[in-house]
Amino acid sequence: MEFMGYGRPDGQVGTRNFVGILSAVVCVNEVVEAIARQVQGTARFTHHQGCCQTPLDIGLVNKALIGLGKNPNLHSVIVVSLGCESTDLQGVIDGIKASGKRVEHLVVQEIGGATRTIAQGVLLAQEMVGEASKEQRKPFPISKLIMGMKCGSSDTSSGLVPNPAIGVASDLLVEAGGTSILGEVTEFIGAEHILASHAKNKEVADGILALVDRMEKRAMAVGEDIRGGQPTGGNIKGGLTTIEEKSLGAIAKAGSAPIQAVYEYGEFPEAGGLVVMDSPGREPEILTGLAAAGANVIVFATGRGAPQGFPFVPVIKITGSQTAAEKMIDHIDMNLAAVIDGDDTIPDAGKRVLDRVVSVASGEVTKAELSGYFNAMDIFMQGPVI
Amino acid sequence: MAIDAIVLRSVDNVATAVQNLKEGQEAATRLDRELIPVVVGQDIPYGHKFAFRDIKKGENILKYGEVIGRATADIPRGMHAHVQNIESLRGRGDLQKEEA
Repeated sequence: MEFMGYGRPDGQVGTRNFVGILSAVVCVNEVVEAIARQVQGTARFTHHQGCCQTPLDIGLVNKALIGLGKNPNLHSVIVVSLGCESTDLQGVIDGIKASGKRVEHLVVQEIGGATRTIAQGVLLAQEMVGEASKEQRKPFPISKLIMGMKCGSSDTSSGLVPNPAIGVASDLLVEAGGTSILGEVTEFIGAEHILASHAKNKEVADGILALVDRMEKRAMAVGEDIRGGQPTGGNIKGGLTTIEEKSLGAIAKAGSAPIQAVYEYGEFPEAGGLVVMDSPGREPEILTGLAAAGANVIVFATGRGAPQGFPFVPVIKITGSQTAAEKMIDHIDMNLAAVIDGDDTIPDAGKRVLDRVVSVASGEVTKAELSGYFNAMDIFMQGPVI
Repeated sequence: MAIDAIVLRSVDNVATAVQNLKEGQEAATRLDRELIPVVVGQDIPYGHKFAFRDIKKGENILKYGEVIGRATADIPRGMHAHVQNIESLRGRGDLQKEEA
């Protein structure tokens, strides 16, 4: 099976071909927004980090920005800096450049302020988009797909239909030599023994259990019952009673392939096949983590209808709920509700999920892209703002 | 095949409604290829669970063949099984605080 993508100098393959405009720090978000608004063919990534944080978190910001810049869906990158942030600007530039792509940067405090930086950035972005537009899609094997997996605004139907269907699609992709990334460690709680039994060896199994232990302790350190936070109020309204129940539905996305490795947030999944990545369950942080790890397409199961996409990685929304398919029609790409009635089966639905992944990877637009609903992103932080 | 509810594994003691169910309704509950009628004792919203067997207080709640929590009250067959009578056993920082 093949898809039509954009080959990059480092061997990765893009499913989109944007010039990325990245904020180095929260203080330049409005500059980044203005440049991106003005130049078609750009995609922006803004967030709320990069200053007044612990060194651990600044390290995470640097790593995430490098990963995002290297993502093959970006042809080239402009990093916008204020000039006094904690983010390691030169480190980020050098990190992205290692992928062989063009990286430019703009420092607001050197150029004369926001307006002048926007003017300079718009002209630079126009020139870079012109260059990017010369790239043509070419056929590549689907082994070049790195598929991020996520479920959000879940209800009971998520665990019954779209998550197991994504599991089938993941198995088929892995069989073809591709990569799929399972995140949302909070939603392993209560189901980690099953995931650990899918690990290819004891080291990986221990890695999965350690991740879950770390996430659960982080949640418990607050000294409260995590219910209400996880499962969310919406999950409970949808019929999910406990985090264990939510997790058992969520891990169905893993399918049956062996888990090859465990990665930190935003780390590139070198091992290939099915891998686990540390990340929380909330959309802005996990979608960013998947994109920073190099995902060139994301599948997203939803029960009640979660609207978010990602600025430069297509996010395919899949539901098993007829209600969501109707009440959130603006956001749902695939409706698999026929499985509930027994008119469709999980294996057939899973094959169609992979077909859609390949079509979207080749250029078919998702609802999130059509509506431009994808800019409220952030980077996962561990510590406080100080 | 129109069904009202589904039981995912034969060991499970709760069923999941896949339609909005009305009190007193005989719910066609699917377990594998079998349809088992269960009279629901309360309105059960779509996506919510009801006891597929009589469940005693303190008993584990089983779905997907796995433990999803513990009953905090008796839940007779056909009654709504949710946060009012099931507690989670994980992520309970509140319990840890009481023990400390």
